Amino acid sequence: MSAVVDAAPPSAKPATDGRDARTAWLLTAPALMLFVGVLVIPLAMTVMLSFHDWGQYKGIEPVFILKNWHEVATDPYFAEMFWRTFRIALLTTLITAVLGAPEAYILNRMSGRWKSFFLLVILGPLLISVVARTLGWALLFGGSNGLVNKLLMSLGLIGSPLPFMFTETGIVIALAHVMMPFMVLSVWAALQRVDPQIENAALSLGAGPFTIIRRIVLPQIMPGVLSGAIIVFSLSASAFATPAIIGGRRLKVAATLAYDEFLNTLNWPLGAAVAVLLLVALVLIVVGSNALIERRYAEVFR
Amino acid sequence: MSFLELDRVAKQFGAQTVVDDFSLTVGKGEFVSFLGPSGCGKTTTLQMIAGFLDPSRGAIRLEGRDLTAVQPAKRGLGIVFQSYALFPHMTAAENVAFGLEMRRVPRSECRERVRATLAMVGLAGYEERYPRRMSGGQQQRVALARALVIRPSVLLLDEPLSNLDAKLREEMQIELRQIQRNLGTTTILVTHDQNEAMSLSDRIVVMSQGRIEQIGTPQETYERPASAFVSQFLGKTNDFAATIDRTATPGRLIAGSWSAPAPAGLAGPVTVSIRPERIGFGDAGLAAKIVTRIFQGNHWLFQCESECGAVIVIRQNDGQPQPAEGEAVRLAWRPEDMSLRRAGAAA
Ligand SMILES: Nc1ncnc2c1ncn2[C@@H]1O[C@H](COP(=O)(O)OP(=O)(O)O)[C@@H](O)[C@H]1O
Ligand SMILES: [Mg+2]
Repeated sequence: MSAVVDAAPPSAKPATDGRDARTAWLLTAPALMLFVGVLVIPLAMTVMLSFHDWGQYKGIEPVFILKNWHEVATDPYFAEMFWRTFRIALLTTLITAVLGAPEAYILNRMSGRWKSFFLLVILGPLLISVVARTLGWALLFGGSNGLVNKLLMSLGLIGSPLPFMFTETGIVIALAHVMMPFMVLSVWAALQRVDPQIENAALSLGAGPFTIIRRIVLPQIMPGVLSGAIIVFSLSASAFATPAIIGGRRLKVAATLAYDEFLNTLNWPLGAAVAVLLLVALVLIVVGSNALIERRYAEVFR
Repeated sequence: MSFLELDRVAKQFGAQTVVDDFSLTVGKGEFVSFLGPSGCGKTTTLQMIAGFLDPSRGAIRLEGRDLTAVQPAKRGLGIVFQSYALFPHMTAAENVAFGLEMRRVPRSECRERVRATLAMVGLAGYEERYPRRMSGGQQQRVALARALVIRPSVLLLDEPLSNLDAKLREEMQIELRQIQRNLGTTTILVTHDQNEAMSLSDRIVVMSQGRIEQIGTPQETYERPASAFVSQFLGKTNDFAATIDRTATPGRLIAGSWSAPAPAGLAGPVTVSIRPERIGFGDAGLAAKIVTRIFQGNHWLFQCESECGAVIVIRQNDGQPQPAEGEAVRLAWRPEDMSLRRAGAAA
């Protein structure tokens, strides 16, 4: 999110001194080695893997073919799955933005003690495993044994259990819950940069509460909402635990599909192709929207 | 006469009384400053006038109408905040136009008034700039234009110049005063800078710990301070002990080897308060030795050790020879230049 808002680093003085440059390399070497060792090399290997062949009986063959990519590109199953993945991510992002931005705003206006309390309430879930949180949703809504479903049915409000498990709606709701803290934090950070007197300034000029929100507050926290949206979108599109628990094997998204190819079908090359495609798509979307946002707000928030 | 009136206004935050018993009447077109150290309740008082805070007690009236019953958005006051509180996502012109838009001023009139007001504060040609691209002084002008364009009945300024460097501040003071004179807008300025208060205001309200210490013209507050706090807060002052001897007739006021006929009233130990520029070096008077002598361009500053304690003397640099450090001198002043308080009277 800092990429969006603090977009302009002071232009660094070009290193004229050779010794300075050497020192810089030396100092960054450990981090660089770690980065190469745990990220670049496995990534390169995954990309390579996606071009290998695989057969039920012969296993992985280290040859260079486009079979997996061809399959991913032509089989409508994959198109549907990717489309579902991004639809879920987009809906989750929308929900977190629509609920999270007002939440952060209200939180920011609370006075001292309540503020810290509710901040804890909102951030607390981050301390609990995603699996536990998602299972909570499953307990509440899962089939006819879910608590809420049982209650509603015994009250006679609904005839059959609300569909939640193995539905996109279920995944979106559970994901939105999981991702909410990231959106709230991001908007919260943007709110910290808003002059505390600015609403009074608008008020003194005759603006009503709704106008103040729409014309003064919202435009200023928009960069925060957008950077939160980027975080939530990319985390949701690559989320594994929540879609795995709620969607199961019936409703697959990119991450759960790649997992299945790796661990159940054992078709590693195909799984690698799916994983690489997800990664590339996400990088393109994130970098693209970040660039757009930066251009849009460069003039104002530099 | 009274345009804006504050009647025994008080503000409490929990158990803490931040402003108490604040009564003031401001005439139409008058420029009044609230002067006091940081934390004395100036901003709180201003925000009660603006309507961002409700007074705990007392009444605020504008042209006889009860102002506290009016929504802040409907009070029609112009406010310049210490942080300027400009809308960062709007250009200078959009910032200034905002108040007019809220008043549904027709577009062409709005454009013309924005242009004229920005020109008045010296920002013609800066209409399309965003605040982040402007200097502190320019932002401050935009904030002033934004407050003035709505033709406010009262202009409230909360330490508007404190974020500017000294030279710019002086320029802005002169400009602010000119603009205020031309428009005739009733203005209240909050400041902790006594020079600013004195050079801008018709009257100064000196505040300390939420209470009014004195209300008066700059000259009155400087030359006839109502309390030790006022005399010390407004410029340098010398306070030292003296006695009034009533055994002789007529009675005499004695400070070391300086003495003068005693004024009527007080007797016994008193505190003499005198401005450093009113003390001269003479042949008779308070015996003192010059400890340090500091040259400050248009004047000299002497720190002296006298019979009655430390005394500061300021002399114009008028080309006359001045006493050197270590030299023994006699300090004298005209009795009418000093003010007397009973010793131990509240500071
Ligand atoms: N919202 C608030 N809650 C509690 N105390 C406050 C609040 N606002 C101001 N104060 C206190 O009131 C006193 C006066 O504040 P202020 O009016 O801002 O002073 P000034 O503007 O003269 O520096 C300070 O001691 C400050 O701590
Ligand atoms: Mg203040």
